[in-house]
Parts: sequence; structure tokens; C-alpha cells
Amino acid sequence: MECDEEVPDRMRLNGKGYFLWRKAKNHAMTFFSVLCLLLAVAPLVLIFSYTVLQGITALNIDFFIQMPKPVGETGGGMANALVGTAILIGLGGLMGLPIGIMAGMYLAEYGDNPLGHLVRFMADVLSGVPSIVVGVVAYIIVVLPMKHFSAFAGGVALAILMIPTVTRTTEEMIRLVPHSYREAGLALGIPRWKTTLRIVLPTALKGITTGVLLALARSAGETAPLLFTALGNRFWSTSIGQPIGSLTVFIFDYAKAPFTDWNQQAWAASFVLIALIFILSLVFRAVTWSKYEER
Amino acid sequence: MELSDHVVAGGLPPRSKMVAREVNAFFGRTHALRNVSLDVFENRVLAIIGPSGCGKSTFLRCLNRMHEVAGGTVKGTITLDGKNIFDSDAVNIRRRVGMVFQKPNPFPTMSIFDNVAAGLRLNGVHNRKKLQEVVERCLRQAALWDEVKDSLSKSGASISGGQQQRLCIARTLAVDPDVILMDEPASALDPISTAKIEELIYELKSKYTIAIVTHNMQQAARVSDRTAFFYLGELVEIGDTKRLFTTPEKKQTEDYITGRFG
Repeated sequence: MECDEEVPDRMRLNGKGYFLWRKAKNHAMTFFSVLCLLLAVAPLVLIFSYTVLQGITALNIDFFIQMPKPVGETGGGMANALVGTAILIGLGGLMGLPIGIMAGMYLAEYGDNPLGHLVRFMADVLSGVPSIVVGVVAYIIVVLPMKHFSAFAGGVALAILMIPTVTRTTEEMIRLVPHSYREAGLALGIPRWKTTLRIVLPTALKGITTGVLLALARSAGETAPLLFTALGNRFWSTSIGQPIGSLTVFIFDYAKAPFTDWNQQAWAASFVLIALIFILSLVFRAVTWSKYEER
Repeated sequence: MELSDHVVAGGLPPRSKMVAREVNAFFGRTHALRNVSLDVFENRVLAIIGPSGCGKSTFLRCLNRMHEVAGGTVKGTITLDGKNIFDSDAVNIRRRVGMVFQKPNPFPTMSIFDNVAAGLRLNGVHNRKKLQEVVERCLRQAALWDEVKDSLSKSGASISGGQQQRLCIARTLAVDPDVILMDEPASALDPISTAKIEELIYELKSKYTIAIVTHNMQQAARVSDRTAFFYLGELVEIGDTKRLFTTPEKKQTEDYITGRFG
């Protein structure tokens, strides 16, 4: 075809101008993608670095082994809050994870019916419920009948928060397991429940663990649902029937306190909380690191 | 037709291990199999051929009730040693009628050893010595022992595709089935691995009854004693493999094996 004078060079598919135009577009898109990435990562880096800087200066060995000091005295630590957070996450996990994982297994393997659709829908709604509302629910169903605040009530609140995340991740991860493994198990004369439990579940374990970790980490950072369930406690307690301290509630109390010393301790607690979640991630990765890693 | 086949083969009529009568299979509203009746003879290899979508895999999956797993339904009777398989629990049928799939599917979280032992272990056998014995015997039977005997603890997914498929065959043998169904077991494999699988099928038929679905007519001719030709969900013709490939009775069979369609 004759080159038409009207068509600019950059519009012609074989023209040099078109080639440069395409290259320019490519560079522009790459530039904007990188820019968006930086914008997305920036808050994370800022939060992380600021907390580390503020927290690490306020941190000392006393923080881990000492109890909170009365108002007016400097020093002291949050040993009880550290243990309290561990107990609360443990209780929440103990109650929430089995329910969540089993519900997820049900949804993935037998969930194509009205009940399954209902459960799936409810899990999605529940994961959108504000955590303070969950705290109110735990207050009504546990604290009021028991007539006092307790670690157990806090555990229940955290469990309710964990269930939807764990349920949906478990379901998604089990659905990702290729059907051929299920068939292979069934064709060996292995009953369906055993195939699910011993063949499908281990194959999906890595993804499920990620979901579990996410749920645990999120619950470690929850404050609102603990305010009127576990309440907080300045004294040493490991009893699940008594109010218990936790890092998040301590941060809440200490950050808004009018004492610089307390504010510093709130920073230290924030740093410890972030470090804890970070370490939790590493531990879970190590635990689930499979002997048979994909090559 | 059937009797004359045995005269051709020059032997006594073999026993029918599995008998299908008037089998109809459905996927929802889709009628995938229409009135299929055939016999699977003991210690023989039956090849099932036909163009894609003709119902050959569906029929195979009816034989160990795997068709129902995918949500399909079956009408008609299929017997195993004279007993209707639909009267007994599907799990029990599958222990006696094993299956090897098109794509090798060793369990990715298990070692080679555990893959072979899986069927026994998950059915309650935990005696270590017995498991070792069975694993070695089955890997030998599947002609894989010499290649993996030093790496039994390696992942089942770490070996080559051809080895994986033989591992799957060993896994199937470990639960000691009577019948082995193979759904295009070599279609994802290279020619050398295919040859090994075919050799294996030939050796296994002395102990097991085998039904194999294949797209490859040369393969059907090489490994099978009898061949069934399916078309559009119906059994068009079944007979001695040599006879079916040299003098097919039906026009459709002839057209298919001479490559005029399919």
C-alpha cells in the first residue's frame, strides 16, 4: 500500500514513530506501576520505621520481666500483658480455629447446597462486622452471665473474629487442591472423609496455615473487642476466669495517659506487638516448610 | 460374535469378571451412555476405543463407581463376580476395582514409599514390616523398584512423569484389587515411558483383570485381548482385538479404525 500523506508516522504500524510511541507508552505504564507500588508500601515502611525508632529506645529488659509500676513511679514493664496476649490468642485460637477449619472443609467438600451457601454468606457478613460489635456480643453472651470480665470472654470475642477468615481461607485453599488427588484417594477405596482429612487437607495445609496465621496475627492486634471482655489487668494473672491484661489494651491506656513515661512504654509495647506478629509469621513459615517443597 | 472370537483366539471361553448390562449414565440431563452391555473377562485386557466424548471414560468410571463422585448417575446393572456393585458400598467396590488416571497424580505431600503405602495405611494397616513388604513387591511389579529403591523417602512428585505413572500403578496394586481400570494411562507420557507402561500391562494381566481406555489405536492393538468401540455413548462393536482391527463388522468401526473420522 502507498504511504498516505494524511497518516502521521506514529500511526503507521511499521513506522519508526509508531515504535517509539509504543516504547514511550510502555515506559509510562512501568513508571506509574512503580509509583503506585511505592505509594502502597510507603505507609507500611513509615509505620514500621517510626514504631521501631520510638519503641526501641523505650525498650529494656525490665519491659519483659517487670510488672507495671504504680502511677508516679518510673520503670516497670508489661510482663503480665505479654502473657495475657499469649493467653488470649491461645484461647481464641483454641476455640476459633477448629470451628473455622472444619467449617471451611465442609464448605469446600460438601458445601454446594442451600446450607452451604447460607454459611458462606454468613461468614462473609461476619468478617465485615466491626470488631467492637463482636466485643459487645461477647460481653452479652459471656460477661453478663458470668457477672465479671474474664480472659475467657476475651478469647470468645477473638474466636468469633477468627472464624470467618479461617473458614473462607480454608475453603479456598481446599478448593485449590486439584480434583485428581481426591479421585486418586477415592479410587484406592479410601472413604471420603479420610480422603479429605489425610490427602486433601495436607495438600492444602500451607495455604490454610497462612490463613490461620493471618487470623492469629489480626487477633493479636485487636483492642476494641477486649475492652469490655478481658478488660485489662495491671496485676499478674493467668486465670482464664479473671480479667487479664493484653498488649493492645495497655497501648490504648498508656498512649492516652498524661505521663511521658507511660507514652514511651506504649511505644515499646507497639514495637513488641509488631515484632511478635513478625516472629509469628516466621515461625509458621518454618513449621510449615515442607520436606517436599515445590521445585 | 463373542463365541467365534474365542475360536479365533483358540482357547476356552474365559470367565466374566465384570458384567455390564443395559448401563445408562447421565451427567445431569446429558445422556452420556446408552444401553451399554459388555463383559470384562478375567485375566484379559479389554481396550475401549472411540472418538472424544464417546463415553468410554464415563463407562470406565461406572465400573468402579467413580462416575457418581462427579455427580453423575447410573442406571442398569454392573456385576463384579456376579454381585451387583450398586448393592454394596462404593468404597468396598473401589478397593477391588482400582483405577489409574490419565495424568500421573501421586500425592504431593507424601514420599514415594508413603504413596504406595497410602491405600493400606488409610485403610488401617500400620504394621511396618508388612507395609515394607507390600511397597517393595508393588514397586517391583510396576517395574519401578530398581529406579527408586535408594530414594523411597523422596517426594512422589520429584520423579519423572513416566515414573510417576508407574508409581500410581504401584499405588493401585498395593490395595490388591481384582480389576485395574486405566484411563488413557500413557497419553501424557513420552514413547519410552509409554512402552514401559504397555509392557507392564501385558505382565499384569496374568494376575489382574484390566480395562484400558485409549485414544491410541496402535496401543489398543498392542496391549489388549479384546477391544470395544464406543461411539456417541453407544457400544458399537466389541470383539477379539485382532479380529476387530482386521475385519470389523460395523461400518462405523471400520471408518474409525481406518482414520476416516474421530
